[in-house]
Amino acid sequence: MNDLWTMIWKEWKDFLLSGGRSDLLRPLLILGILGIVLPLSFRLRWIDLDSAPVLIMLYAPSMFVTSFIGDAIAGEHERHTLETLLASRISDRAILLGKVLVAVGFTWGMTLFSLLLGAIVVNWSQEQGQWVFYAPINLFVVLVMSLLTILLAASGGVLISLKSATVRQASQTMLLGEILLGFAVYVVVRFLPASMTASLTTSQMVSIILLSLVVLDAILLAASLVSFQRSRLILG
Amino acid sequence: MSEPIIRIEHLSRSFSTVKAIDDLSLEVPTGIVFGFLGPNGAGKTTTIHLLLGLLEPTQGQAKVMGFDTRSQANEIRAKSGALLEFSGLYERLSAEDNLDLYGRIYRMPGPERKARAKELLTHLDLWDRRKEKVGKWSRGMKQKLAVARALFHHPPLIFLDEPTAGFDPVAAAALHADLTSLVTREGVTVFLNTHNLAETEKLCAQVAVIRSGKLMTIGNPDQLRLEKGGLKVEIIGRGFNEQTLTLLRARSEVERAEIQNNRLLIELRSQTEVGPLVTLIVQSGGEVEEIRRTGTSLEDLFLTLMKEENK
Repeated sequence: MNDLWTMIWKEWKDFLLSGGRSDLLRPLLILGILGIVLPLSFRLRWIDLDSAPVLIMLYAPSMFVTSFIGDAIAGEHERHTLETLLASRISDRAILLGKVLVAVGFTWGMTLFSLLLGAIVVNWSQEQGQWVFYAPINLFVVLVMSLLTILLAASGGVLISLKSATVRQASQTMLLGEILLGFAVYVVVRFLPASMTASLTTSQMVSIILLSLVVLDAILLAASLVSFQRSRLILG
Repeated sequence: MSEPIIRIEHLSRSFSTVKAIDDLSLEVPTGIVFGFLGPNGAGKTTTIHLLLGLLEPTQGQAKVMGFDTRSQANEIRAKSGALLEFSGLYERLSAEDNLDLYGRIYRMPGPERKARAKELLTHLDLWDRRKEKVGKWSRGMKQKLAVARALFHHPPLIFLDEPTAGFDPVAAAALHADLTSLVTREGVTVFLNTHNLAETEKLCAQVAVIRSGKLMTIGNPDQLRLEKGGLKVEIIGRGFNEQTLTLLRARSEVERAEIQNNRLLIELRSQTEVGPLVTLIVQSGGEVEEIRRTGTSLEDLFLTLMKEENK
């Protein structure tokens, strides 16, 4: 546990606090788009958490987390800092989990903040006397689903970053992966038999999606832990 | 006599068909700077990786501080420090934070981390710049900080992989001075990978020469120069000519003889009397003013060993 905190401290300082203005711009831009621009254009549909806002809130943070992971894993390789870290007493698992936890935690925190900011922006723009907010169950489902998709993207990002020599190579491969994954999800949804979707209630469909995400997360995270081993990394 | 801090027995490591380390056996005594000398690609870095348990040997075994590199690698890494091929510093972090990170990794309490950082950074004249991001520093300063990081948790053994590679002579000399004072002060054993012969002569109490993964020789540098390299004689005078050289080269104990300005340089195959050679020089018309006997330099020895291997 000590080692995990050490890695979280390191990632927090190295990536989030030391980057300077240019590195702060990226999360601010995402916050601006997800928390201000999109809520202003969707207005009450944003508060209703319609399918379009939900898809955006799931897709955009998962794109962001992959760039974070690419820098944390392929970047350490590229900057030759990983070898020294591996020569120390810290465990492989603590290194990897520390990186994943900070990336996922920060991105998910940003998603949560964007949703709250979005609610304020919509209410302010509507100029209605009555305060409107997300339905608690909808907000809960979106947040859980968002956490799982971010973790999925982060774990996939780890596997890709481990095979990449540079951050640029990792980013390009991850972008391609995200596009292919989005297309695959679209194809599956598009060609599902209508009888199957008609027979399921909304809560059943949500449960199936959440369960699928949990299973995929577990598989990818386990694969990342298996791949992130000293003897493999030192040869990479 | 104390136990060697590193004991390597018939260690081999292959990468597909290439044997990076080939049946290497050696011992490193505790408390010295041990030079592991070899040309690029000789297997020096692989040896450090094997000793730190970062790679598994294909054959043989090694014990570091009594711990087996295969089964007790965590213990080795917990009790040693390393400055590998690259400084491994986080350039977006300050010098203080770089040291603090490794203090945390080695589970040093907060006050101890602070005190140790102050002690080492002050010793290396880096204390006033501790808050600066390391990315803005010169290569020499970064390397000094990396040495401090390797020593931060008081390890009894540190591995240094070519710490002055690519340095100009002034920067290298400065790092040597810092390294020597720190190592002496901390009483730490150093396993120093290098292909820098001046560095080896200056710092190392024992030297092993490796080539293509094989151990060529091992010993104290002075002893190696005498045993393997023979002797050099420098005769200063006048009237040295081709006849002098022909007479000298005909002698069985003479490996090489040449004239440089007013100096006659003779390389002997073994320890031998110089008197008969001086007589020969005088007979050929030469005038001798001064005779100097010197050992073979480590550089000569190294080049000889590399040539032997090529044959």
